[in-house]
Amino acid sequence: MSRKLRLIPIVLLLWLVAGLAWRLVKPADTAVPSQMVARPVPAFALAPAIRGKPGLAAADLATGQPRLLNVFGSWCVPCIGEAPVLAELKRRGAKIDGIAVRDTPDALAAFLARNGDPYERIGADRQSEAQIAFGSSGVPETFLIDGKGVIRRQYIGALTASNIPGVLHELEKAR
Amino acid sequence: MKRLIILAALVAAQPTLADSNLPPAYWANRQLPDAKAEAKAQALMEELRCLVCQGQSIADSDAELAGDMRDLVRRRIAAGEKPSAIRAWLIERYGTWISYKPGDEPAAWPLWLAPLALLLAGAWLIRKRIGLRLKR
Repeated sequence: MSRKLRLIPIVLLLWLVAGLAWRLVKPADTAVPSQMVARPVPAFALAPAIRGKPGLAAADLATGQPRLLNVFGSWCVPCIGEAPVLAELKRRGAKIDGIAVRDTPDALAAFLARNGDPYERIGADRQSEAQIAFGSSGVPETFLIDGKGVIRRQYIGALTASNIPGVLHELEKAR
Repeated sequence: MKRLIILAALVAAQPTLADSNLPPAYWANRQLPDAKAEAKAQALMEELRCLVCQGQSIADSDAELAGDMRDLVRRRIAAGEKPSAIRAWLIERYGTWISYKPGDEPAAWPLWLAPLALLLAGAWLIRKRIGLRLKR
């Protein structure tokens, strides 16, 4: 075997170590984006999640005005952190509806009493059916839907204060 | 003493669950009564990727969303929907990411071509070796 060939295993090892180190420093993005973006809202109809507030159906999202659809749950910790951001978006004129994933009316009412309630309608998605129909893979997620009921954007994970100007801009664009 | 009390408090420690309080969906952990339908559902569930425990199939995963997806698959199979149609419906939402079964997209070409390339390489190797022996 020639001297150069003997170097091959060492080069392979270095390549492997470099690859592992690279992924340790820069982990792969594990978010699964929805393929429903740029397509009409899927057909769905959800019963009211709490007393005194209407449920949510596909037709409620095509009202001629852009809206935000927040997929959340009272059992979801990041959703607590997101609540003030949604409240601020509402204060600045955003229309927000909610899909409460795998929730109970009592737990949800307690969550809204504690963290504020920016929602006009909340649908109860007890078996994640609507969530799956939207191509959403977790909570919280927020979909931006234009007046014709076409999904324009998906925000994966909790919205933060730094998202507010961008979301308001996108809402204006979707008008 | 203070340290001891803090240590003793660990006995009562509870895990924090990032899951809802609802029980699993009806068909999440229950087999369909029709064995043929259940076999179809099982085969499909093993080829669908869990969105939470990425790398597991929804048949293996304990995540709630995987349970809800098993419920969805079993209900649709029981209603007579074809497994390929259910897979297509999910791919429409999550992309080919959701399916473990490779399709004909360009990213999967090396996978389909690899056996052919290995077979050709093997044939070439055998030819070379036999050729060497014949020459000797």
